[in-house]
Amino acid sequence: MEVGILKRADGSAYVEIGDNKVIAAVYGPRELHPRHLQRPDRAVVNCRYNMAPFSVEERKRSGPDRRSIEISKVTRLALEPAIFTEYFPRTSIDIFIEILQADAGTRTTGITAASLALADAGIPMRDLVSACAVGKVAGRIVLDLTKVEDNFGEADMPIAIMPRDNRITLLQMDGTMTEEEFKEALKLGMEGCRKIYKEQRRALKEKYGQGD
Amino acid sequence: MGKVINLVKEELISDVRRDYILRLLENDKRIDGRRLDEGRDVEIEVGVIRKAEGSAKVKLGDTQVLVGVKLEIGEPFPDSPNRGVLTTSTELLPVASPVFEPGPPNEDAIELARVIDRGIRSSEAVDLESLCIIEGEKVWVLFIDIHVLDDDGNIMDASSIASIAALYDTKVPKTLVENGKVEILDEYEPLTVRKTPISVTIAKVGNKLVLDPNHEEELVMDSRITVTLSEENEVCSIQKGGSGTISERDVLESLEIARNRFKEVKEAISEVISRRGD
Repeated sequence: MEVGILKRADGSAYVEIGDNKVIAAVYGPRELHPRHLQRPDRAVVNCRYNMAPFSVEERKRSGPDRRSIEISKVTRLALEPAIFTEYFPRTSIDIFIEILQADAGTRTTGITAASLALADAGIPMRDLVSACAVGKVAGRIVLDLTKVEDNFGEADMPIAIMPRDNRITLLQMDGTMTEEEFKEALKLGMEGCRKIYKEQRRALKEKYGQGD
Repeated sequence: MGKVINLVKEELISDVRRDYILRLLENDKRIDGRRLDEGRDVEIEVGVIRKAEGSAKVKLGDTQVLVGVKLEIGEPFPDSPNRGVLTTSTELLPVASPVFEPGPPNEDAIELARVIDRGIRSSEAVDLESLCIIEGEKVWVLFIDIHVLDDDGNIMDASSIASIAALYDTKVPKTLVENGKVEILDEYEPLTVRKTPISVTIAKVGNKLVLDPNHEEELVMDSRITVTLSEENEVCSIQKGGSGTISERDVLESLEIARNRFKEVKEAISEVISRRGD
């Protein structure tokens, strides 16, 4: 994980987890146009998750598809609870996530990167948002699936939390799990998020020096 | 930024009304008199559209959703040559709410369709292999089209119930294959549906969990969790929504609430299906 990798963006981060390579950039708070979209009491958070055509085995047509529109939405909702949007009325905070290489777990890697980019942009936040996926492969609950595991696995569950008080900001699941498996997965996933949190803090300290 | 995707219109609720709803909830009461863990009545009607291979109309309180299932012959995906294709789409019709606008599906419509789709797909409710006509060449493409007619809250669950009911109602035409040519016969057999995935949505308002939120409750909710069960002890999809947060305990409690609601709704669906069989 590395923070502040882009010159023009207000905040940016690069995160590599396994074979996932993700860049996130934040612009803002900045004036929002058209003006009727402005909110008098808070900033509007926009988010675009985008996959590079070369990021996957078979070339992906560029531009948003249904999957990336949904991911953009859940990513926005995963990050928004952490941002003090009320400090910046009438502005927008624009988050861009570019998946350069994908190997399952891109949305969680994107959230992890975007939250670093928000911090790098100096936007006041309640906490970092840390994300990670947990899944079920061959009947066992495992952390952070790879593409191969995901394809043959029985379930995949991305999670994002604000680790200081363990509040969940993103939770999705598809596949099948029993209730017991689900409980185990949720525990393991949240533990995974806390590991990511440590790395995020390390990356921020690396750029901005010591101090808690 | 070049394209603003986040263009969903927002509806407002007056502070007085909001305070009223919140104050009631503090005492575990709701504006429509329900208990916190009480869902609205479900009314299901199947076979409402004759031109569709399967259809169902669901009323969840005052929320109304119509689902039509259409079949077309198409090509299978290269990585699953012996399986039919399933596609789910949603239209939030402008008749259903003052904030729905005509045009291509927005992110809410797409999310809704994808959550329903995941429930059906991951529970393997539909036997896609039975939709194969000629391996690698011709299969049935099954379109689930969700038409939201009236949004008085929780269109997710209404759509989920209507979708699975419509699938139970679906009849697949028999085909005759001769020299690689497919002839569609005027005979039908019911689609093989193996499971009944049902989504259950719970809103978090303040520190209360509220089953099956109505429209006004949705306007004051902080976040939402949708749990799809395909059996009592089988979770097949989860989706957190809304811009608030939820705790681990909220999730586990929701699971419990969802299980009870699942039993109720499943019974309602079975009843409609068995009545149709008579």
